[in-house]
Amino acid sequence: MQLYLPIAEMPVSVLLILGMGAAVGFISGLFGIGGGFLMTPLLIFLGIPPAVAVATQTAQIVASSTTSAMGALRRNALDLKLGSVLVAGGLVGSGLGVWFFAAARRAGQLDLVIVVSYVTLFTVVGSLMLKESIREFWSSRRGSPRPRRRGGDHAPYLGWPLRMRFPRSKLYASAIPILGLSLFVGFAGALLGIGGGFIMVPALLYLFRVPTAVVIGTSQFQILCTTLVALVLHAVANQAVDVVLAILLILGGVFGAQFGARAGRNLRAELFRFLLALLLLAVGVRFAVELVVRPTEPFSISIQETRV
Amino acid sequence: MRSAGRLRALVTGLLVMGGVPAVAETMVTSLSSHRLAITSNYTGAAIAVFGVIERDAQSISRASPYDIVVTVRGPRQTLVVREKEPAGFVWINQEQQLFPDAPAYLGVFATRPLDEITGEALQRRQRVGLTAIVNAPDFTTERGAADDAFRDALLRLKLRENLYVQEDRAVTFLTASLFRLSVPLPATAPPGNYDVDVRLFADTVVLSQTQTSFELVKTGFEQQVGEVARDWSALYGLATAGVALLFGWIASVIFRRD
Repeated sequence: MQLYLPIAEMPVSVLLILGMGAAVGFISGLFGIGGGFLMTPLLIFLGIPPAVAVATQTAQIVASSTTSAMGALRRNALDLKLGSVLVAGGLVGSGLGVWFFAAARRAGQLDLVIVVSYVTLFTVVGSLMLKESIREFWSSRRGSPRPRRRGGDHAPYLGWPLRMRFPRSKLYASAIPILGLSLFVGFAGALLGIGGGFIMVPALLYLFRVPTAVVIGTSQFQILCTTLVALVLHAVANQAVDVVLAILLILGGVFGAQFGARAGRNLRAELFRFLLALLLLAVGVRFAVELVVRPTEPFSISIQETRV
Repeated sequence: MRSAGRLRALVTGLLVMGGVPAVAETMVTSLSSHRLAITSNYTGAAIAVFGVIERDAQSISRASPYDIVVTVRGPRQTLVVREKEPAGFVWINQEQQLFPDAPAYLGVFATRPLDEITGEALQRRQRVGLTAIVNAPDFTTERGAADDAFRDALLRLKLRENLYVQEDRAVTFLTASLFRLSVPLPATAPPGNYDVDVRLFADTVVLSQTQTSFELVKTGFEQQVGEVARDWSALYGLATAGVALLFGWIASVIFRRD
């Protein structure tokens, strides 16, 4: 069944979009990430204009992160205090990201900035996580579990001034590195058109040692707040949000996310981190290949916005 | 059949109108519709072009047959074509070429292959055929030979998307002087104004030319959404956000485990 999208100005197959929404929603629910980095390339591949693809999938992220965050809130797996600090830093970072986006576009090198950022972020985050999970795996095989966290055994940056207590996350740390992290995530998110959950989740896990269950809920809360702002900004600044496409993606996504979240709860923590690491590495390598391999078609067309 | 009835009405209309005998041959053309509506199940459209060639009594009959070339130009866009080149060990966009006034859709339809209708020099001068249009000096800024690769790339990529088409035998003569063409519009052709240019050729020269146009417009729900998104963008953004929040909340209630 074909349906015409009023803003993208082209017809799409309803079943295909529902299926894509469900698949990305599953991954998003499983790992507590937004899934924007998977959805945007898929939509562009279908022929939807890039601006519409980036802007519209924020609506789907809003819906799926609402569901996840509400579920986490009910299970008491959401640290609202930590989440609020992350949102505060994230919004400032987004502002900087939007400004840098415009500067790179004026310089004519936006594509390069985006692809290089994708490759660096995904391969670095992915391989760090993979290394960690392999080490974890080996030490558990040898029967010598890693020593549990002891009191006073902290990374030095947690002891910087402005310390705050986050009881739900079992965290007593300086607000400076937390704000710094959310600033960076907000910056990268605005630049790449993604929520940034894939940076936030491993950072909270490894840098701040927040419990896995709380990480997902809190990250979804932060994603919800930043993508809500991004959605409205995209609608006002680019007029590129397609409400029909958004509803189709949401319908597929909410079901996928439910099954993903359920599967995630039955997954062992080590396996969870290992799979997330593999996913990130795969995306990073895919972009690296695109950058290095001789393209079959070196030319590309884009429509220049001539808005007044 | 509807189109047959419409055709008969058109032909009678043309005969009643009579010709304006300024030159030997005149041509009268019409479209099956001047306004194509996009509805929610739109998957592309076809528009029919009809025409009648009229010859006044004095002019002698020609030895060579008539030929028709129809050119359909969609709404204008500013297109940028970029070329990836190796820099170190990565491929990045380097050179680019601006096409400030390129049609989003371009269709050229004829009775015979263009080379049989007229010569290459005339094709170039009169902008007949895709190659001639894309290679015209005013299509983009001339940069010696540097712009040629970009013109070729534009044509190649647009042909692949089916947004630029050239069909050599699409126009058919129903009688010696009555011709018909069905223009296929792909679903990705954007809404806007489409110019239809019809040229009558005989013996390699243009005898007559007519211009008409049709409009591809969003209607009903599609039109309203487009207008709200443009004129009330903040409200539209907030409404979409509200819908997303509502769906997310409903899902969390439906799938509640306890």
